[in-house]
This record gives sequence, structure tokens and C-alpha cells, in this order.
Amino acid sequence: MRNAGAILGVLLLILVLWYLGTIWLNAAWVYDQAARAGTEVGWRDLVFGTMAQERPVLPPPHQVLGELWQGVTSYAVTSKKSLVYHGYVTLTATFWGFVLGTGLGIVMAMGIVRSRTLDLGLMPWAIISQTVPIVAIAPMIVVLSNSLGLGDQLGVSNRLVSKTIIAAYLSYFPVLVGMIKGLRSPDPMQLDLLHTYGASVGQGFAKLRLPASVPYLFASLKVGIAASLVGAIVGELPTGAVEGLGARMLVGSQFGSPVMVWAALFAAAILAGVLILVVRAIESVVLQGMGVRS
Amino acid sequence: MKDMQHTARTVIEAKGVNLVFETGDGPVQALKDVNLAVQKGDFVSFIGPSGCGKTTLLRAIAALEHPTGGSLTVNGMTPEEARKKRAYGYVFQAAGLYPWRTIARNVSLPLEIMGFSKSEQKERVERVLALVELSGFGNKFPWQLSGGMQQRASIARALAFDADILLMDEPFGALDEIVRDRLNEEVLKLWARTGKTIGFVTHSIPEAVYLSTKIVVMSPRPGRITDVIESPLPRVRPLDIRDSREFIEIAHRVREGLRAGHSDE
Repeated sequence: MRNAGAILGVLLLILVLWYLGTIWLNAAWVYDQAARAGTEVGWRDLVFGTMAQERPVLPPPHQVLGELWQGVTSYAVTSKKSLVYHGYVTLTATFWGFVLGTGLGIVMAMGIVRSRTLDLGLMPWAIISQTVPIVAIAPMIVVLSNSLGLGDQLGVSNRLVSKTIIAAYLSYFPVLVGMIKGLRSPDPMQLDLLHTYGASVGQGFAKLRLPASVPYLFASLKVGIAASLVGAIVGELPTGAVEGLGARMLVGSQFGSPVMVWAALFAAAILAGVLILVVRAIESVVLQGMGVRS
Repeated sequence: MKDMQHTARTVIEAKGVNLVFETGDGPVQALKDVNLAVQKGDFVSFIGPSGCGKTTLLRAIAALEHPTGGSLTVNGMTPEEARKKRAYGYVFQAAGLYPWRTIARNVSLPLEIMGFSKSEQKERVERVLALVELSGFGNKFPWQLSGGMQQRASIARALAFDADILLMDEPFGALDEIVRDRLNEEVLKLWARTGKTIGFVTHSIPEAVYLSTKIVVMSPRPGRITDVIESPLPRVRPLDIRDSREFIEIAHRVREGLRAGHSDE
């Protein structure tokens, strides 16, 4: 397993650099303490003093993992202290945002491929939508969906609705771009062939364009699900910071607990990794069903 | 099927057909004053160098291009109407099978689109796969078949809905000589068995002479017909007919026609 060696090597390198960074960045606090106490700082004091601070500039990996482990295992999953609970809250918004964004992306792509007018009319706005910083637009979406009370009508919290919209806002774009490319991927010969059968536009989509776009769709979904998670987390920041991984990050930074921020960050990263693995698993099942050579 | 020669009925008729493409560099005359009559049961080859309009003519017959002048009829109708009546099946240079469908489902694609019942689809797919000698390969995916077999599957697909006219645009152009020989033989057998009218674009002289009852020699700039040769060869043709005197004479005339078309540039 030469690959495994390479992966472990990089991981080890990151850990070493991280620990060195921890000592370097947290050293100031150790020197401060020593100066107040009037003691000397040996290298041993420096290493141990930087590894277990309550408010480190950069917490060491074991401290982050400890917090993460504690957050996952020490509390009931329904507790507001449990990272599982917060992860679940974020995951819900990520999922619905992803579903909504993917659906929107596919429908928009079909419209754009079908009609030149939609291509010219819609595409510039789609691109502009992604140049607007999401942190700027997120609070407005929260305020709007609260005042419209969409959540009350759907029987869910307004907070979930706003997070879902923000997640969808970020995830529809990669799906849109990938699907446009996928729907346009059949060559002219394939389209001529359908023409000789007298196929309708709808049949062209159902029999040729949509199946041909599936590989492109999955490439986009992997980007889209990660974007959706980012959207859900960003959506949690201005919602009063009650629940969700984004809320944990906000609480952690407001109350000066970098370890908490880092643990939430890691939880989010792990969640993203798992989600991409899930999409990839679905992809391999679907593509195998479509006769792709394995 | 031989009696069809006697009850000769014109299925494709071109009178003074012109076709001009508007391009960025100005208009290009792809077809100029093309006159042609194809009888039912004919095997017509269109031969000529690239740019001579042979593919354009075939595509115009299939209503994939639209003549800008003259009249072109298929079964007495416009090509567009003939298409709606399922008058022809089209075979492209590449097999163009859908990689996500099995061979059987590829062949049933036109049947699905045209709304045949499930049972009829199944029955027809089996019949045409047998016709191109691919019985038993229905459940394979295209990538599991050789290039020649893929092209046979695409011929089966064109035959599935019982079109009277089979239009083939360099169907074996991408295959090697040996596979090509065998497929040519099979196309002749298929033609004998089904009595279809076949339009066949090629740039191989032996292929054109071996297959055709009528050879249409074309030349470029502007695309036009320079010679139409009625082949005296019998309808049943073993491969070694290619060594006969008659065969060589026809091939010679085709070559002369192609050369003449080139020299007046």
C-alpha cells in the first residue's frame, strides 16, 4: 500500500506542523505568566504550558479531538451540549437545502438548455447570485423568512426554513452548471437520430439528455452537498446562535473558547466528508445500474 | 423480391435540387442541380471525395437538411412528411448506441418513441437482432461488443420500425477492412431478405461497386452528380465477384468519373 504510506506521511507532517504552530503561537501566554510570577521558562515548561491552555490561540490537535470526543460521547444526543445534536440540526438544514438546491438547479438547467430566451435571461443572474457574499445575504434571508412566516405554514421552525434557503442558494449553482453541460453533452448525431424518429422535445430529454447528464450531475452533487453544508452553517450564525454547528462556532468565539470553535469545525469537516462518501456510494450504484464499465 | 424490379416504383426523386449553406465566409453551394430517381428495391451508393455533398444529399432525403431549391420527394411526399410516416431508418457513421442501455433496449429506442406496445417491442427487437445475427446479445451493454457488432446493432435499430428505406452514411467507415468485408456481405443478404431500398454513402470504390445496383458519382465545389452508373452485376453477389471483369470495368468507370469531377477545378 504505497498510497496509504503517502496519506499517513502527509497526515504526520500536518500534525508535526500543527504542534510546532501550537507551541509558537501559545508561547506568549506562557512567557506572560512566567514574567508575572518572576520565574524562568525552560523548554519543558514551554512545551507543556502551550499544550493545555484554556484559551489557546491555536489549540493542539489532542485538545481539539478531546473536546470533539467529549462533545459526541459525554452527553445524551438530545442534550444542547451534545455535538451529535448540533450536527443533526445542521444536517437537517443541509439535507433540505441540498434537495431544494438540486431540484432548482436541474429545473433551471433544463429550462436554459431548452430555451435560448431563458439562457440569456437567467444565466447572468445565476452567475451574479454567486458573486454576492453569502454572509451579507444570509441575515436578510433570515429576516425575510421570519417575517413571511414560511415555517409556520409548513409546520417547521422559521430558522430551519431560512437555513434551508441559504443552503439551497449555495448548492443550486454547481448543479446548474454541471447539468447544463450534461444536458448539452449528446453530440449532434444523437440529436439527428432522435429527429429521424420524430421524437418530441420531452422525449429527447427523457430518453437522451437526462440519462446522458447523470455523470455530470453526480460530479456537481459532490460539490453541491459541501456547499449546502457551508450554507447551513453560515445560516446558523445570524439566527441567534441557539443550535447547530454554526451556533457552536459562534458561541465558542463569543465566549472565548477556541477549543469549542475548533471542535465544531472538525465536526463540520467530518460531516462533509461523510456526506460526500454517501453521494459517491449512490453514484457508484446508479452508474453501475446504467451499465458503466466497472 | 426480384419482381420488384419490374414493378419499378420511384421512391426517391430529386429534380433540380439545390442546397446552399449560409456560413460565416458567405454561402456555400453544397448541392447544385441534383437530378436523381431511385426505384423501389434499389441499392444506391453515393460516392465522391469529401465536400461533394453525398452526405448532404442523404441528409436532405432524411429531412435533416432542407434544400433551398428544386423538388425532392420520398414516396411522393416531402421528406418531412415521409419521416412522419416512418419511411426511413438512418444509420450513421458511428453506431451511436446509448451506453446506458443494453443492446436490446437500444434497438427498442425508436419503438418506445413511436409508441409501440411492450410486447410488440420485444417481438420486433428479437426479430431484427436475429436479422443482423446478434441474437443472444440483447442483454449486453454496447461496450461489451466489438465495433462491428455495435454497428450491426445500430442497423438493427434502424430496421426495427419497418421503414422501407434504409439510409446509411458511411456506416462502416470507421471499421477495419476485414470486418468491413463481412458486414458488406451481410448488408447484401439483409437487402435480399427484406427487399428494402438502400441509400449508402461511401468513399470506397470497391464497396460501392460491390453493393450497388446504382452508383451515383459526385464531385465537389459545387456538390453535384457527375455520373449515374446502373450496375449490370447480378443481385446475388459472392465476395469473389470483385475479381470479375465486369466488376473491374465498373470500378474503372467510377474512378474515371471521380477523376473527371476533380480535373475541372
